[in-house]
Amino acid sequence: MSNARKLADNLPTEGQLSGRNVIINGEFAISQRGTSFTNIGSGGGGTSGYDDTWTMDRFLISQGLSAGRCSVEQSSDTPDGFSKSLKISTTTADTSIGASEYHRLQTKFEGLDLQRFAKGTSSAKEYTLSFYCKANAAATYAVELYDIDNQRTVSKLFNVTTNWTRVILIFPADTTGAFDNNNLLSMELNWWMHTGSTYGGGTLQTTWGGIVQANRAAGIDSIFDSTARTFFITGCQLELGPQSSPFEHEQHSVTLAKCHRYYARMYYGSNAENAGYSNSYGDYFPTPVPMRATPTAALNGTFAQYPGGSSVTPTINATGGTGHANGHQTFIRPYVSGNSYNYLEGVINVDSEL
Amino acid sequence: MNITSAKYVEDDFNIKIIKATINGQEMFVPINAEGNRHWQAIQEWVAEGNTIAEAD
Repeated sequence: MSNARKLADNLPTEGQLSGRNVIINGEFAISQRGTSFTNIGSGGGGTSGYDDTWTMDRFLISQGLSAGRCSVEQSSDTPDGFSKSLKISTTTADTSIGASEYHRLQTKFEGLDLQRFAKGTSSAKEYTLSFYCKANAAATYAVELYDIDNQRTVSKLFNVTTNWTRVILIFPADTTGAFDNNNLLSMELNWWMHTGSTYGGGTLQTTWGGIVQANRAAGIDSIFDSTARTFFITGCQLELGPQSSPFEHEQHSVTLAKCHRYYARMYYGSNAENAGYSNSYGDYFPTPVPMRATPTAALNGTFAQYPGGSSVTPTINATGGTGHANGHQTFIRPYVSGNSYNYLEGVINVDSEL
Repeated sequence: MNITSAKYVEDDFNIKIIKATINGQEMFVPINAEGNRHWQAIQEWVAEGNTIAEAD
């Protein structure tokens, strides 16, 4: 094959040549929350029977009502050219599948990043999803695009084998229902790997249409059918048009900054600014980048106050957040009620995930 | 989300936030923050009949 032919085969037929991938952290290089997550499905990330556990940045496991349990880790088992993958391992099997059970790997998108697909217009574009995957044994799972704004879905089945394989799925354009052009949740991308009849009892909906629950994941196997089950994935790319292009690797710093729009784990150290007030305040610290929305803050471990280094539990105010397309800076500031210190330090998690 | 407690906290600058325990973790949630999923979950929790405790 000539070089010209190879080049032509890899060029996209729609959209720009760079910045094509709307999935953030598709090669799982960033994992601010840790590199191993265990006992997922036990309810730790949700109400009883439900569990939404964020794992590597921008990806979560969304599970409901299943007795199956899994762990997720950032793995170094990858196809050539990648350094990390996301690995799911079943730790508790569930072969008695209730109707409304589900287990899926998920990432989410805000409307601002989806306008390129021109959804809901006469010039709507196709979506091409590509990713590399492998498993301990062959299986069939489903991938779904779920338009939250208009309650429309489309799904495709894919096969995973025991070898790393690149899966390429082309989803049709949708001339119905535009994505909202704002910073709120507009679409979910779901890899369905376990479900009962409520979500899998119908016929898979392979063209866009109003949501029919039973048609979302029909025809899939269950990752919970044995504790031997594993699933590895990396190189996730969702791009404009009907042509898959090679995975667009980007600099680590670029991906990290994109992730920081949604979540950041930041070190805080500041002198007190408490003159004239009865309590103690730290300086306002900016988050690494302006965040998608005003974030929720949480202490990551204990804070120390100085002099002395004793433990303290400050309250954290967060202000700002984009809220609109142009964005503005986001700040956090701890304060300690009825206390006086000269210096305060610790780690704060800020979260504006969709 | 599993919300087990929520209480308003107000500082010397009269900035009010909610100190909540969500999924077993203490969090500081901004009020009226469009797009913040924890604020949205607290609104749903209140709609179910729960109450955010007043600040001390």
